[in-house]
Amino acid sequence: MAVAAERAPGAEVDESLLVVRDLVKHFPIRKGVLQREVARVHAVDGIEFDVRRGETFGLVGESGCGKSTTARLITRLLAPTSGSIVYDGKDISSWTERRLRPLRRDVQMIFQDPYASLNPRRSIGTIIGEPLRLLGVSDRSARRVRVREVMERVGLNPEHYNRYPHEFSGGQRQRIGIARAIVLEPKLIVADEPVSALDVSIQAQVLNLLQELRDEMGLTLVFIAHDLSVVRHMCDRIAVMYLGKIVELATGDRLYAHPRHPYTGALMSAVPVPKSAAGRGRRRVVLAGDVPSPVSPPPACRFHTRCWKAQQICREEEPPLESKGEQDVAACHFPLSEGEVDALTRPSTE
Amino acid sequence: MALLEIDDLHVSFKTMDGVVRAVAGVSLSLDARRTLGIVGESGSGKSVTAQTIVGLTRFPNAKISGRIMFDGRDLVSMDADHLRDIRGARIAMIFQDPLSSLHPFFKVGHQIVEAIRVHEDVPRDVAKRRTIEALRSVGIPSPEERFDSFPHEMSGGMRQRVMIAMALALRPDILIADEPTTALDVTVQAQVLELIQALRDDFGTAVILITHDLGVVAQMCDDVAVMYAGRVLEQAPREVLFDGPQHPYTWGLLQSIPRLDAPRSDRLSPIAGSPPSLINVPRGCTFHPRCPYTPPPALETEPPLEEAEPGHLVRCHLSVEERRRLWQSLQSEHPALR
Repeated sequence: MAVAAERAPGAEVDESLLVVRDLVKHFPIRKGVLQREVARVHAVDGIEFDVRRGETFGLVGESGCGKSTTARLITRLLAPTSGSIVYDGKDISSWTERRLRPLRRDVQMIFQDPYASLNPRRSIGTIIGEPLRLLGVSDRSARRVRVREVMERVGLNPEHYNRYPHEFSGGQRQRIGIARAIVLEPKLIVADEPVSALDVSIQAQVLNLLQELRDEMGLTLVFIAHDLSVVRHMCDRIAVMYLGKIVELATGDRLYAHPRHPYTGALMSAVPVPKSAAGRGRRRVVLAGDVPSPVSPPPACRFHTRCWKAQQICREEEPPLESKGEQDVAACHFPLSEGEVDALTRPSTE
Repeated sequence: MALLEIDDLHVSFKTMDGVVRAVAGVSLSLDARRTLGIVGESGSGKSVTAQTIVGLTRFPNAKISGRIMFDGRDLVSMDADHLRDIRGARIAMIFQDPLSSLHPFFKVGHQIVEAIRVHEDVPRDVAKRRTIEALRSVGIPSPEERFDSFPHEMSGGMRQRVMIAMALALRPDILIADEPTTALDVTVQAQVLELIQALRDDFGTAVILITHDLGVVAQMCDDVAVMYAGRVLEQAPREVLFDGPQHPYTWGLLQSIPRLDAPRSDRLSPIAGSPPSLINVPRGCTFHPRCPYTPPPALETEPPLEEAEPGHLVRCHLSVEERRRLWQSLQSEHPALR
């Protein structure tokens, strides 16, 4: 499909740490005594993207768009229904748990709710050191030294080694989650809504920490969030998801300067801007209705039920994810023009 | 005269760990047809202030002092029966999570009918007609059918619309919305905010909007109060607050958020440290441990909330001239603040 379009011209396959093709994840809904499958949640429905070494790749979308399922697929916490996930040249999509084990050192995850992902009955030293223990570092004092080093790096006081998660604030707990993720010096970190549960002043601290660690450790980061301004701040390239599909993929700057897909445009215009003159002369697109259920997504273009530009063809034919100029790709029959984008994003100059 | 006048409100809770001073001397006023935004992070006291207005913080371990004048009467000293008549009917409240405010066993229509009949002596069929009307006015498609839906059959945005319909079925004078869109997706948030605005314009309901999102405040509110550690640190009309904020905490908040409307910056400038415990509030200015400027008196005495210019109140020891100069230099460093 759009494989060639989303890669920079002349880029080698080796540049990509992660290559995802035709990835599908359906969750069956079972009912009755026989647990017969009556329907399926189309959580992820045929997505493709590459994550280059050292880049920060963003996935953005509203609830139910499949971004968290994608995170769990590429970290292989879930097995895909079909499609391939190639990590560092190896297709890991059907690997068994045992075979995946060495990979767990390379690929780590940070979760939204740091409290729910930390065992309340373990000291944070134990929690952060757990990955080391699991990978066979049996020397306790060696583990302790490494854990203290990592705690210091993420801005936790190493003297708090023996404290428990409940003794920490939300921001500090997220630092614990980050410490656990970097203790093995992974190559790829998948961060699923890492700052959504945090207050604004703390959110900025955690975002800065992630950027510093990325630069120092040469990490590749897949950053997932529903907040467009956060994703734009963090990411080199961004994929916008809607109901299990990628509807647009572009570099962060291009995506915000010129969104092609009407959904991207609507998302951006819906973000309230903290300025007194904000909104004046700005055409705010308020999308009608809710996101349709992923159990029975609309046929053809999935966005057509809420799109103000939809025509007959949008109800009949699914638009492919294809180039709409430069390296941007969008899946739309009627991509936004420059004029439409201006009206959506910029306050009028008069 | 103001519709609602909060005067020197203090709310504290006795807990096992000590006394939590959630609200420490808040004074605010709300006029008819206006939207007052209360913005702050968790633990700033913004929700407790709002809940105290409608008497939802009257717990055995709570100590409440000060006055909340509404319609010539003080809500703080009012007995529970009279307050119940006002709550819901004249001052309505909606919350962040509509699922926890709706009863899961009853149809949503039934719940609104009950809410109406508690306050007004009307026959069931009249209440039902008004309910369907209310559901229609908040943009719920086919309200006659939706009347018989259970909360779990609706999406988050739809449930929040039901809550708004319930709140407005009684035509209250004041709607208190506590983080009404925080749990919603951004496109649904846009719908709900637009709805609240439309209802304010159509019915003249005054709104108190509590939020952590400065963008929502800029879009919705006429007046803004910035709260921190149970106090108002800055208060001004929207234009004044966003064009020339004067408190270092407000500057910190504005610098912390990544912006869509400005060129991308390399690093954000967060506020150092974390919000204080409300059991051990810092001595002097409550913000001083996190303040990059900290004028010497801030360590010892708490600055009063003083008028910096007409209508613009600031709680800070720095002089007005210093604050103007600092804000200008911040603006020149950070294009997003211009």
